[in-house]
Amino acid sequence: MNRALILGAALSGAAILAALVSLAWTPYDIAAIDVARAFSAPSAAHWLGTDHLGRDVVSLLLAGARTSIAVALVAVGIGIGIGAPLGLLAAARGGLIDEIIMRANDMVFAFPALLLAILLTAVLGPSGVNAMIAIGVFNVPVFARVARGGALALWRREYVLAARAAGKGGFRISVEHVLPNLADQLIVQATIQFSLGVIAEAGLSYVGLGVQPPDASWGRMLSESQTFVFLAPWLALAPGLAIFATVLGLNLMGDGLRDALDPKQRADR
Amino acid sequence: MIRYLAGRALALMLTLVAASLVVFAIIDIAPGDPAAYMMGLNADPAAVAALRTELGLDGSLAQRYVDWAGGLLRGDLGVSYTYRVPVSELVAERAALSIPLAAIALVLSSSLALGAALLAVSKRGRPTETTVMALSQAGVATPNFWIALLLVLVFSTTLGWFSAGGFPGWDAGPVALFRSLALPALALALPQAAVLTRVMRSALLDTLNEDYMRTARAKGLSQWAALTRHALPNAMIPVLTILGLQFSFLLAGAVIIENVFYLPGLGRLVFQAIVQRDLIVVRSVVMLLVFAAVAIAFLVDLLYAAADPRLRRPA
Repeated sequence: MNRALILGAALSGAAILAALVSLAWTPYDIAAIDVARAFSAPSAAHWLGTDHLGRDVVSLLLAGARTSIAVALVAVGIGIGIGAPLGLLAAARGGLIDEIIMRANDMVFAFPALLLAILLTAVLGPSGVNAMIAIGVFNVPVFARVARGGALALWRREYVLAARAAGKGGFRISVEHVLPNLADQLIVQATIQFSLGVIAEAGLSYVGLGVQPPDASWGRMLSESQTFVFLAPWLALAPGLAIFATVLGLNLMGDGLRDALDPKQRADR
Repeated sequence: MIRYLAGRALALMLTLVAASLVVFAIIDIAPGDPAAYMMGLNADPAAVAALRTELGLDGSLAQRYVDWAGGLLRGDLGVSYTYRVPVSELVAERAALSIPLAAIALVLSSSLALGAALLAVSKRGRPTETTVMALSQAGVATPNFWIALLLVLVFSTTLGWFSAGGFPGWDAGPVALFRSLALPALALALPQAAVLTRVMRSALLDTLNEDYMRTARAKGLSQWAALTRHALPNAMIPVLTILGLQFSFLLAGAVIIENVFYLPGLGRLVFQAIVQRDLIVVRSVVMLLVFAAVAIAFLVDLLYAAADPRLRRPA
């Protein structure tokens, strides 16, 4: 086991655990507003203090983990769910279909992704679901490219030739032989896109286009803290650190997984 | 070479047409009537009808697209609904801030990354390399708006060296300009520098095993001289590609960073227009930013072809 993988798994595991815990329990109700308690400095009752509405920061962080993980996870799901089949199809059929799918992918790649995500959520209306869609759309070409690249190499392997000789069609070969051998690469990519999704969700929420109150989000906690940075500077630290630790954990895990699954592609040769 | 260029130019055109269709569709086919959306819930029906005519919403979908795209080609971006001035004027005014800011950030991030990558490769296997790589790993994981917030916290709230936001105008003199643009440029540049450092380092490492590097060392060049004279030019090819892609991240980053620092640039213009439901501005400025990103990627492709002779011949 490599150290990057262990550290990465620990950090991202902590975020996932926080998200799960928040489903059942948070120290205080995150919807409970108590202005008399606003801007309490960190104390035994409120470990990380309270925000401008008197809400407990620890509770908001736990609930924010849930938003972050849910949005990034669904966005990755959209990317794999649409992108991987497209990539497999492009590799299996080749020719015109391949050309069309890959050119369409190039076009999505060329867009400033976060900008269009901002546009999309602004027009559809700010919400967690729309953030998932806006981020997910840009995951599609990434997974299509990884799936196609990997699948093209696999299509030249003996066991695929054997399957073709046995009379299996392109669909069955893709599902039974190509996909299982692609899983490693897709998992590594999923980890990377997951981490980008966490940053993107925070960015959208930061400009007010993510989940809406009373749902908590790390990005919105940061934008709210900005107004009060003179009054309560500690509010700007915890949500940022939470994003940082989660993204760092996922990136380390991605690197670690890539090294563990495919020693030939080590990042640090 | 001509065939390669023609192919790239055709791809550029197609991308732009597709992009304009997407931007048009997002705004035009979005739920509800754009005119009603722009005017809000309590709008007077007559005013909404007038706006519908102004927006050309009475025409067919195809007609509206052709009108808008034709206007873009002629440089007519429409008239802003909230500001009541031509969008092109707004864009020119705001771009005068955004383009220099993005350029400063790009130069800053490339020079930081270049230094860090050369340092890491020349001190391979030593603590210096580990530190550089750990810092770059941390930089990749830090969202630029948090860096911005931390920079404000340290350098303007606590130390008072820089302004926490706002723009004094170009006539304000170099000191005031520096105080207002230094933190935003740094916030934009640092995460990009982290990504670039990693790409540059691995591109440099790839060149280390090449024959020309062995020759360079064998003829008596120092490690550093061999790196800067021979490895670096060769490592620039993959770096160039990433640099082109990064421009599009810088544009999106600017939307957020300009909002953090209250800078009147293109990013803030788009964002305010979204909030004010000024869809005319949103549509044209987003299209312009997409055009800029795609055009830069195209230029990078051309540079790439110029740098790598293998790409000039048709495969």
